[in-house]
Amino acid sequence: MQPFTTLTAIAVPMHEANIDTNQLCPTRFNKVPRGPKYREILFYDSRFKPDGTPTEFMLNAAPYDQSGIIVADRNFGCGSSRETAVYALYEFGIRCVIAPSFGDIFAANCAKNGLLALTLPEEECAAIRRQLQDQPGAKVSVDLAAQTVTDVQGKAHQFEIHEVRKRCLLEGLDDIARTQQYSGKIAGFEAGYYKDRPWLSARA
Amino acid sequence: MNSTTPQSIIEKLWNSHHILTDEGESLMYVDVALAQENTLHAFTELEKTGRKVLKPGQIYAFTDHYVPTTGRAKGTDGIPDIGIRNMVIDMQDMAKKYGVTLFGMAHEQQGIMHIVPPEQGIIQPGLFVIGNDSHTSTHGAFGCLAYGVGASEFAHVMATQALWQRKPKAMRVTIDGELGFGVTAKDVILALIAQIGVDGATGHAIEYAGSTIRNLSMEGRMTICNMSIEAGARVGLIAPDDKTFAYVEGRPYAPKGQAWEQALDSWRALATDDGAKFDKEVKLDASQIAPTATWGITPEHALPITGVVPDPASIKDAKKRSEYETAIEYMGLRPGMGLQDIKLDRVFIGSCTNGRIEDLRAAAAVAKHGKAKVMTWVVPGSMAVKRQAEAEGLDQIFTKAGFEWRDPGCSLCTAINGDNLQPGERCASTSNRNFRNRQGPGGRTHLLSPAMAAAAAIKGHLTDVREIIK
Repeated sequence: MQPFTTLTAIAVPMHEANIDTNQLCPTRFNKVPRGPKYREILFYDSRFKPDGTPTEFMLNAAPYDQSGIIVADRNFGCGSSRETAVYALYEFGIRCVIAPSFGDIFAANCAKNGLLALTLPEEECAAIRRQLQDQPGAKVSVDLAAQTVTDVQGKAHQFEIHEVRKRCLLEGLDDIARTQQYSGKIAGFEAGYYKDRPWLSARA
Repeated sequence: MNSTTPQSIIEKLWNSHHILTDEGESLMYVDVALAQENTLHAFTELEKTGRKVLKPGQIYAFTDHYVPTTGRAKGTDGIPDIGIRNMVIDMQDMAKKYGVTLFGMAHEQQGIMHIVPPEQGIIQPGLFVIGNDSHTSTHGAFGCLAYGVGASEFAHVMATQALWQRKPKAMRVTIDGELGFGVTAKDVILALIAQIGVDGATGHAIEYAGSTIRNLSMEGRMTICNMSIEAGARVGLIAPDDKTFAYVEGRPYAPKGQAWEQALDSWRALATDDGAKFDKEVKLDASQIAPTATWGITPEHALPITGVVPDPASIKDAKKRSEYETAIEYMGLRPGMGLQDIKLDRVFIGSCTNGRIEDLRAAAAVAKHGKAKVMTWVVPGSMAVKRQAEAEGLDQIFTKAGFEWRDPGCSLCTAINGDNLQPGERCASTSNRNFRNRQGPGGRTHLLSPAMAAAAAIKGHLTDVREIIK
């Protein structure tokens, strides 16, 4: 996994609440193997007409075709658990989504793929979106170590993030390797677990 | 070893699966992991890193999202689209390669990953379940902590049989009172989501409690828990009781003999203790819930069937107004029009939300009263449901009413196997999501119960089922 440390990038404002993973990656593309094709898949049904020609959706044209950050409203990434939604964001070049809240599964999926799902209060997200609307193509900066977002006007916003999520992103850590350090403890737990629950042990 | 602090079922299940804490995160032991064709992404991760499945006996793979719901005589060879065909074939091959239990397309127990495991007794009270699908919360109906996870977390579980989590906050939804005539579990969960919102339970695990929940069948309880994610909760559950135990007893994977007695003792101790604390409490009066349908583009946009499409102009909050305008435009509706005046092109009865035998019985009871005015599909949730329905003659009732009786799978709920709406088509659907494009690009979805869907089918428009079965 690619580490996430700092990022200064064009930020695209998305005002709608509840942008679901079905919009990020329409279901029929879930079968596409992970790779560059996901760049086109992001928001496909908003970006392309049924005949495949591009719409006026903002990600299709400059400056937003170079976006690295999305500033959204609440409950971004709700719905389906499809990790392809994160593949699509990532391949498009999005490394950070800033929103008041996220779908729980989506947020977990982001963390496993080096994408920062960053939470700021609703009013602060709205203020940054307004700045971006006034200055299309303006950049926003994120410093994960310092836990700050610097908006278009240079104002710093402090954000909270769980220590582990922060460390894994900063170091680009592989989760499975981290867990396998504990394989002895897992096996020990398991032995006790099945001793107390013999009716389950046939599966183990 | 009596604890003096009263505990909720959520805490009890959490504690019994908690291996260790590291840097504020908990490593949780996973009993059962459920895969579907899209889990290929997780297997690909394992392949890339050369890792093995640690406990193949605890991983179960299902073919449901991509399988066709007609024309199965030729097996996978008969799937016309090569991309879809390969998803089924590749998943089956991967399951065999890694030695996990496979309910493949030709399996006599084939069906949806949230319908087959309870039928088989794979799901029992007290388990920590994960599934590579957001509707994994369904299994909470048995008193399990059941988490939907993405491909990376699924790969992690396959490699380690454990999952990193932070303890969710606990929310209790208490629903008391008697459900009115024609009101079902689906109406209850839609009413709840309309009340608390699509992110009303984000970050929480929900325990559903109260007399209404106790009186529901296991099928109804599964419908409720299934849609927890539609309120933002990754986990929703119900304490097991005698009804739960009766459902599990005798199923293929269920414990038998002395082991059964031992299991029962353990399961009976799972229920929330009196006085246990919750971070949030929500109450619903069952008698106030009507047969419900959605009019918009999130499950929160739900109203009693006797209602009218809201008028955005009357909404003060600018954000809500704009959300409603977007929804009404996408859905092609007029503010103020009666929900029952919404004409349909299609009806879909099935899915992990409402593809169980009780759902089909409810639909058939209504289908008896007329003939389908629009194309109507009935897709049983599993081969077992299909056989049971046929033994009861439900398929005959459907066929006589002009409903199409199909083979089990996710079908028109997730719309990835080739079953989908055409642009602009409007469908009354017993599934779980009415998001834009969910049932096919440009498709429009109205969520409702199986009985309401059957009523809509024989009228050709959204209909109050109470006017058909009196």
